[in-house]
Amino acid sequence: MRALRLLGLLVIVTLVLAACGGGQPAAPAAEAPAAEAPAAEAPAVEEAPAAEAPAAEEAPAAEAPAAEAPATAGELKVAILAPLSGPVPTFGVSTRDGALLAIEEWNAKGGVLGMKVVPIVEDSQCTPDPAVNAANKVIDLDGVKYIIGEVCSKASIPVSEIANAKGVIQISPTSTNPAVTVNSDGTVKEYIFRACFIDPFQGKVGAKFALETLQAKTAFIMLDQANDYVKGLAEFFEQEFTAGGGQIVGKESYTATDTDFSAILAKVADAKPDVVYLPDYYNIVNLVTKQAKEKGITAVFMGGDGWDSSDLDMAAADGGYFTNHYSPEDPRPEVQNFVKAYGEKFKDDQGNPKVPDALATLAYDAANLLLQAIQEAGVDDPAVVKDALANISFNGVSGKITFDANHNPVKSATILAVKDGKVQFNSVVNP
Amino acid sequence: MHQAADLRTTSLATRRAGARLAWIGQGFLLLVALFAIYTLGRNLVNNPVLFAQIVVSGLQLGFVYALIALGYTMVYGIVRLINFAHGDVFMVGAFVSYYAVARFRLHQWPAAVFPGLPAGVVILIGSLTVMALSMIVCTIMAVTIERVAYKPLREAPRIAALITAIGVSFFLEFFGALNFVFSPRFIPYERPFDVVTWYIKDGIHRVTEGQAPPAGSVTFSNILLFIILASILVQAVLQFVVHRTKLGKAMRATAFDKQAARLMGINVDRVISFTFAIGAAFAGLGGVLYAIAYSSIWTQLGILPGLKAFVAAVLGGIGSIPGAFVGALIMGQAEALTMGYISTPMRDAVAFTILILVLLVRPTGIFGEPEREKA
Repeated sequence: MRALRLLGLLVIVTLVLAACGGGQPAAPAAEAPAAEAPAAEAPAVEEAPAAEAPAAEEAPAAEAPAAEAPATAGELKVAILAPLSGPVPTFGVSTRDGALLAIEEWNAKGGVLGMKVVPIVEDSQCTPDPAVNAANKVIDLDGVKYIIGEVCSKASIPVSEIANAKGVIQISPTSTNPAVTVNSDGTVKEYIFRACFIDPFQGKVGAKFALETLQAKTAFIMLDQANDYVKGLAEFFEQEFTAGGGQIVGKESYTATDTDFSAILAKVADAKPDVVYLPDYYNIVNLVTKQAKEKGITAVFMGGDGWDSSDLDMAAADGGYFTNHYSPEDPRPEVQNFVKAYGEKFKDDQGNPKVPDALATLAYDAANLLLQAIQEAGVDDPAVVKDALANISFNGVSGKITFDANHNPVKSATILAVKDGKVQFNSVVNP
Repeated sequence: MHQAADLRTTSLATRRAGARLAWIGQGFLLLVALFAIYTLGRNLVNNPVLFAQIVVSGLQLGFVYALIALGYTMVYGIVRLINFAHGDVFMVGAFVSYYAVARFRLHQWPAAVFPGLPAGVVILIGSLTVMALSMIVCTIMAVTIERVAYKPLREAPRIAALITAIGVSFFLEFFGALNFVFSPRFIPYERPFDVVTWYIKDGIHRVTEGQAPPAGSVTFSNILLFIILASILVQAVLQFVVHRTKLGKAMRATAFDKQAARLMGINVDRVISFTFAIGAAFAGLGGVLYAIAYSSIWTQLGILPGLKAFVAAVLGGIGSIPGAFVGALIMGQAEALTMGYISTPMRDAVAFTILILVLLVRPTGIFGEPEREKA
C-alpha cells in the first residue's frame, strides 16, 4: 500500500518535472552563474538593462572609501545602495565605483553648497529585504536624505516606497521597471527618479535610426512573445517606425528555446525588408543572424542592449546595429574625461585601467544629477531639491538628461555597429 | 432497486450524449481539415516560391526526425517500451561531435596524418569520422542504459519500465547540465564543414556571401542534402538488416513472440541489446546533423525533437520502420507549414494535436496493424 502511494507520488513528481522541463527550458541558460558572464545575463535586462554592458572586473575593495563619519554641519550625506554581494556583485561594484568617483570630483571642487559630500555605502544584495533594511538604516540611523540605488528593479521598488513616504530623494541608476518611479495608481512618486532610459525608449530610438540614418522604408520584426523586454522594444519600434512613414512588412514570433528559424527566415527572404528588428539577447541573435547569412539574406539586423555581450557572434552579426546606453569610444569630452578619470582611479587585477561599463556610467550620472540638483536648489532640503531635479537639464556621460513627467530621463541613446569583428561606436541618436 | 434503475438511465443518457458529441467532434475535425487544406492551397497559389521554401525547411526537419523515430519504433517493436531517453541520446550525439570538432579538431585529422590531401577529401573523411565517433559513443551509452536500467525490469509491469525511461531521460538532461559535464548554457556549435547554399532559379546557382539570391528563388544548403542522404542510407541499411540477415530474422522473431523465439534458441537479450545499439547509433547521427544544421546546442536539445519523433513513430504506426519514416516526414511538413503560415510558437501545439488525433482516430497509425492479443 505504502509502496503504491510512493509510486504514485513518484509519477506526479516526474510529471511535474516533465512539465517544468518542457515548458521552461530557457531556465538553465538564464540562470547561468552571474559571475561567469554577467554581461550575458538574461534576467539582468529586465532588472537593469544598463547592466548588459560587459560588466567590469572586481575592484579592490580597499579602494572604496566607505566613510561613515559622524554628521557635522558641513557635511552632505549621500547613501549608495549597491548589490556588493548576492547574485550580481560585479554590478554592485561598478555602481559603487561610478557614484564614488562623481562624489570625489565634487569634493575636489569644494563640495556642494560648501558642504563636503560624505558617501555611505550599503550592500543591498539586489534583493528586497536587505535593500529595505539598508534603506531604513541609512534614513533612520544616519539621517541620510539622498539615496543612489538600487541596481535591480525588484529591490528599487520597495526602497522607493520607503523613500517616497519619508521624503527622501532616491535616484536609481539602472532600474528599468516603470513601477520604480510610478505608483500603482499611475501617479508619479514625487521623490523618486532614475538615470537610465526605460525599455520602450530603445525601440523608439532604433526605429528613428533605421528611418533616418539607414534610410529604411520597410522593416521585419522578430520577437519572443514571452519576454517582456523583447516585446516592449518591438512594440515601440513598430509604433515609431510606422509613425515615421516606414512599413512593417512582417512580424513573426518565436520562443526562447527555438533553434530552427528557417521558416521565419524564408518569410524574411520573401518580404525583402530593409531592416530586420531583433531586440533579443545575444544567444538568439547569434543563431538568427548566422542562419540568415547562410540563406543569403542581406537585410540589416538591428537590436537593443541585449546584443551587448562579449559572446556575440561578431562574424554572424556583422553589419548589424544595436542601441545602448553609452560607448567608451564616444568622442564627446564628457565621455572621454570620465573614461580617463575612471581608469586612473580603478584598476583591474593586472593593474590596467578599468573601462567603465554602463552601470558605472549610469551611477556616475545619477550621483552628478543629484549633486547638481542640490547645488541648483541652493538648499539641502529634499522637498526643494526634488523640484530642481524634475526641471534639471544636465550634460551627463550617457547624454543630455532632462526628466519627463514620470521622472524617466529623456536623453540620447548610443548606436553601436558590429563591424570587422568588433563592436564600434556609430552615433548618438536624440529622442 | 430504484436507485440502480436511476443509475442505469443516467449512464445510458450519458452514452447517448457521448455519441452525439462524437458527431460534433468529427464534424469539427472535418471542418478544421478543410480549412487547413484551403489555407495551404491559397498560400500555394499566392506565393509558390515561399511555399516551396517552407517545404524545403520541413524536409530538413522531417529527415532528422526520421533518424530519431527509427530508434523509438524499433525498440517499441521488440520490447514494447517507449524509450523516452532516446531524445537525450540524440543530445549526447550532438555534444560528442561538438567536443570532437571544437576541442580536439578531430575533423582535421586526415590533413595531419596525410599532408597534401585535397581539402574536400579531408573535410569529407574528417566529418564522417566525427559522425562515426558520435554514433559509437551513443551506441555504448544506449547499451549500458539498457543493461543497467531496463534489463532488470524486463519482467516487471510495463509502466515501471516506462517510468524508468523517463528517469533516465531526466538523469541525462540534468547530469549533462552540470558545469563540469556539458554546462547548462547554450553553446554555439562549430561545424566540421562550411555551409554552401544554392538557389534554384533557371537552374541551380551558388549563393555568394553577402549577396541576396534573386527574387523568386528557392534556396537549399549542402546540410539539407547531407541529412537527406544520411537518412535514406540509414533506412536502406535497416531494411537490409531486418529483412535479409539472420540477426534481422531474430529481431522479427523476438518482436513476434519473445518466449517462442527463446525456445527456438535465439539469444533474446543479445537481440534486444542490438536493437538499442542500432537505434542509438541513428540517434547519434541525427544529433550531429541536427547540431550542424541549427548550430546551437544545450542539454535539453533532445526533448522536443525526441517527443516529436515519438509522435512521428506513433503516426506511422509504432513498430513499423517505413511507418516511422513516413510519419517523420509528415511531422516535419506539419511543423514547417505551421511555422510558415500560423506562427512559430504554435508548432509544438500542432505536433501534439496530431498525436492526440492519431490516438483518437487510428491508434495503430498509418502502417500499423491492429494489436495482436497475446496469451
